[in-house]
Amino acid sequence: MHRLLNVAALFSLALILGVLASVRRAHIRVEYSVSWLLAALALLGLSRSAGALRWIGGVLGVADPPLALLVVSGAIFVVVLFRLSLRISGLKDANIALAQRIAILEFRLETIDEKVKATPAG
Amino acid sequence: MSKLLILIPAYNEEGAIAGVVTEVRAAMPDAPVLVVDDCSADGTLTLARGAGARVLALPHHLGLGGCVQAGYRLAFELGYEYVIRVDGDGQHDPRDIVKILEALEREDCEMAIGSRFVNGSSGPNFGTGRAFGIAFFRAVLRPILGKTVHDPTSGFVGVNRTALGLFSRSFPLEYPEIEALVVLQRRRFRFVEVPCRFRPRQAGRSSITAVKSLYYMVHVLLGVFVNVLKFEGRRK
Repeated sequence: MHRLLNVAALFSLALILGVLASVRRAHIRVEYSVSWLLAALALLGLSRSAGALRWIGGVLGVADPPLALLVVSGAIFVVVLFRLSLRISGLKDANIALAQRIAILEFRLETIDEKVKATPAG
Repeated sequence: MSKLLILIPAYNEEGAIAGVVTEVRAAMPDAPVLVVDDCSADGTLTLARGAGARVLALPHHLGLGGCVQAGYRLAFELGYEYVIRVDGDGQHDPRDIVKILEALEREDCEMAIGSRFVNGSSGPNFGTGRAFGIAFFRAVLRPILGKTVHDPTSGFVGVNRTALGLFSRSFPLEYPEIEALVVLQRRRFRFVEVPCRFRPRQAGRSSITAVKSLYYMVHVLLGVFVNVLKFEGRRK
């Protein structure tokens, strides 16, 4: 087996262990760990399967199996990162709306407090 | 209640904000002044309050678009008819606020832009890069808007309640001035330019550096075309 495929397999195992450790310590939410685990498992499976890599290489027109692995794993991780970018964009929009709402509510609360203080007691 | 609100977005403007608020209050004594503090790390909030402005304090830094939109949202909820935005760095002459208000009241438009480049305006000279950027976006916007906007990057802007309602729901978040024009155009809203006097900023430095200028141009160009391609909510 090509040395690069062994390196990819080791990298996949390290990624799986890292993701699982992060889930255990609650550093990453389970729904986000799934994408990374699937990507790492796919990379691990492909790096250990010369037949699958040869077939993919034939489909892609790439003669060298390690190069086929790089192309496939690159595509997988790009999809994972794009999915995360979509999620981050949604969270940023929600965060901005929330910050604006908090500021507006505080402003209106201050206005009410000032009116209450200005009202003569009794 | 006054129908006009003066909105001043501010981020780390302690060198200029008190003077700007004082000048605005002197120019428009009947209009309330709202400073939207974008979580400044300096004394902007305290100085703005000390000068007599109401302050909408954001809990964390949102950037110019998010900061301005927070002010628009509050103004819309409070029922204001007109909002005129004045920058917190002192570049806009508050004596021109009345000209923008008159344009909003008199002209058949949803937005009035205080311009450095129409007859009767004045302002400091720009560097070559800034002048090129303005000319570039003027050319990009011309076919999209169907008319020339001479000063597309001006932040001295007044809106009526119709535009206020739109912007309180949907407003570009990072570099809003140019994209906001496209957002308006998609709703078939109209704008006019009003000649205004511009001055050098009174304190601090512009956040737009040479590297950021390039990022700004790419970002805004992309934002313009994304807004052009957006179909949802287009007024029939």
